[in-house]
Amino acid sequence: MRASIGDKVIFTHAELDRLIALLWGDGIPVVGPKVADGAVVYEPLGGIGEMPWGWSDESGPGHYRLVAGEDGALFGYSLGAQGWKRHLYPPRQNLFRAERAGRGFRILRSVGDDASPPMAFLGVRACELTAIGVLDRVFSQEGFEEPGYRSRRGKVIIIAVECARAVGTCFCASAGGGPAVDGRFDIKLNEIVEDGGHVFLAVAGSDTGAALLSRLSVVPASDAQIIIAAAQPVEAARQQSRRMDAEAPGILERSLESPHWDDVAGRCLTCGNCTMVCPTCFCTTVEDVTDLSGNHAERWRLWDSCFTIDYSHIAGGALRQKASSRYRQWLTHKLSTWHRQFGMSGCVGCGRCIAWCPVGIDITREIESLRKAGGSDGTD
Amino acid sequence: MVQIEGLGPLVATHPFFADMDGSALETIVGCCANEVFRTGSYLYRQGEAADKFYLIRDGLVTLEAYVPGRPPIAIETVEAGEIIGWSWLVKPYKWSNDARASGTVRAVSVDGACLRRKMEADRVLGYEIYKRFLPVMARRLAQNRERIVELATEPAGFD
Amino acid sequence: MDGYPKGNAVGAPVDPMIPRPFRITKVKSEVPGVFSWHLVPVDGGGFAYRPGQFNMLYLFGVGEVAISISGDCRDGEKIVHTIRIAGSVTKAMSSLSVGDVIGVRGPFGRPWPVEPIYGSDLVFVTGTIGLAPLRPLIYEVLHQRDKFGRVIICYGSRGTDDILYEDELHLWRGRFDTNVHVTVHSAPSGYRGRIGSVAAAVRAAHIEGGDTQAFVCRSEVMTKPAVDALHERGVSSERIWVTLERNMKCGIGLCGHCQFGPTFMCRDGPVYRFDEIEHLFEIREL
Repeated sequence: MRASIGDKVIFTHAELDRLIALLWGDGIPVVGPKVADGAVVYEPLGGIGEMPWGWSDESGPGHYRLVAGEDGALFGYSLGAQGWKRHLYPPRQNLFRAERAGRGFRILRSVGDDASPPMAFLGVRACELTAIGVLDRVFSQEGFEEPGYRSRRGKVIIIAVECARAVGTCFCASAGGGPAVDGRFDIKLNEIVEDGGHVFLAVAGSDTGAALLSRLSVVPASDAQIIIAAAQPVEAARQQSRRMDAEAPGILERSLESPHWDDVAGRCLTCGNCTMVCPTCFCTTVEDVTDLSGNHAERWRLWDSCFTIDYSHIAGGALRQKASSRYRQWLTHKLSTWHRQFGMSGCVGCGRCIAWCPVGIDITREIESLRKAGGSDGTD
Repeated sequence: MVQIEGLGPLVATHPFFADMDGSALETIVGCCANEVFRTGSYLYRQGEAADKFYLIRDGLVTLEAYVPGRPPIAIETVEAGEIIGWSWLVKPYKWSNDARASGTVRAVSVDGACLRRKMEADRVLGYEIYKRFLPVMARRLAQNRERIVELATEPAGFD
Repeated sequence: MDGYPKGNAVGAPVDPMIPRPFRITKVKSEVPGVFSWHLVPVDGGGFAYRPGQFNMLYLFGVGEVAISISGDCRDGEKIVHTIRIAGSVTKAMSSLSVGDVIGVRGPFGRPWPVEPIYGSDLVFVTGTIGLAPLRPLIYEVLHQRDKFGRVIICYGSRGTDDILYEDELHLWRGRFDTNVHVTVHSAPSGYRGRIGSVAAAVRAAHIEGGDTQAFVCRSEVMTKPAVDALHERGVSSERIWVTLERNMKCGIGLCGHCQFGPTFMCRDGPVYRFDEIEHLFEIREL
């Protein structure tokens, strides 16, 4: 059957395996969920046999654990420990190589030369798709697009999967990141596991997606299946107990000198985990290295965190000495100044920063506390 | 004390006494004298009795610190429109620096001992004088604190 | 009034992350610990910039530093940088000589306004190395001298032997259409100039607040006293332009390091109109 954009079709989990094989066969590596070191990670994936089949997860402040799922689903977990950022904007990127030439140097390779291979992302959640949209905005500025990101991003095929449940740290419904998949995807899936049946309801969102679905063995979705799929994100939203205050940008603007920052700083270890797992944090530093001869030099771009002391270094010392200043920078940037910079929030509500914080700092709670500590605009 | 009648306008038009009440001004003018200092001459020297302050009308006055075994260091200048000298207001009424004319300086000197007596007798006048001195002292203190911050934070150069 | 282009609209580089080789054609020792370079592109091309913009200067294999451009932007032959030795990269740069090649990325940053301030009196408030980022604007003002009212330069240094661009300050002082006030912290006895803070020099300068535009280029801690003195002289925050310093790394608002409130200083600064940032200015460790 030929599938067109918007058609709702059904295929079996065996066809999903075939989809992965088709993509590899087309020379497109598939990156998707696997289990490694007790967590779901997004890595190159050969077939559904490598997927977290039957695994689910639970998470809370400072807590993440894989647990046995109830229904044998392939996408029974909520989120990978890290998002897709590392595939689109890797933690280490070479900006250029250069060699000494006379009394100067010659550039041998620049980031713009990077011919990255295409990739297919399998299992992109709604909040993650929103986060990719945030990165698209960050790396595409007036008059300048980050060439490495653009090169990788332009060739990515996105196969999104809608969430049927939420975990304790999810708050995408209030943050605007999900749980309904709403954005630019090639294929959107809903996994339906019922007595005796394990199928996917698929919708193509692009010509690429439609062409892929047309190569699979699919049948039109029944009304009952469409209703089940539509109910999944509704249920995922209903299960969310955490909520991001919609007034967060204003609360933070009014809280720059709040005594509450000292309270957070009393708990925060400034480890930077939150910035590493955040799907939108984009800060980087550069490292210049030479070989022993001194004739070859390289510059590398490395992920950086606003929690490091060097981050704010100027001649004379670091500007943000105190943990309270660094935490304030992170939270205020993510939830408030990001709007001024990019016209959107930097938070999609994935909750990773809550789960992977070693002391369980919960940004939704911190916003509540800031509001109570005086960040309210007085209307409540 | 010469040309007392001619001093009135000089005192009244100096910014330090701007908007001063007429009768108070008359009292003050009674303690004033017109003075001219040639380049390099001293308005006063450290340790001497501080019995005056000066309304600078023209020229630049340099405050210097005497340093044993080395040439004096110039540490601050005060210019036309400003006043110099407040040791006459504070016991033990002795100058704590040298003040020298950097170029020709024209000034009106105010007899501190005379003014102290008048301020003692007329507390309203005393308050008025303090109200004018205190902001000058506060500003100079603030400016000099800023200079300490600057000297402590601006690199001095590497060699 | 703030119709000035933000960002590097002028001379935007093709790939802003790749250093372009420039040859050093002159090295000049300015004051202790400070030197200037004349730089010419090795590829023979041009280099356009606006007063107040900066470059990232790359020393092969060593590293990169943000340095403001301090020459005349109408000089099509060369660009001039004045560099203070402040760390390992600038220390290594101080040992280079004529003929050596360094890398340049830029120009970056929001420039000083020029056209929007036509007709105004101008006062420049700066000290020590801070004159370097202001000099391109002073040159530009002098190129178009008839477009402006009075021009007052208040400059402060530590002593009498570390006055940056002293010869030029003398030249400008000699012009009938420019007032130059140089002040030092201390001097040998007999020195005939002004001694005291830069703020005191601003208070003593005959500034008529109404239509004066002020340009402050000082360290952050010394910017506040300068702004206070300008306020006292009736210059309002919308007419005061300041520069700030943060950790500039990429130059294009991409690496995040230079954030100041909602701004990326490398792109939205380092020049700010004071009223834009007044509410943030005294918040510590921002």
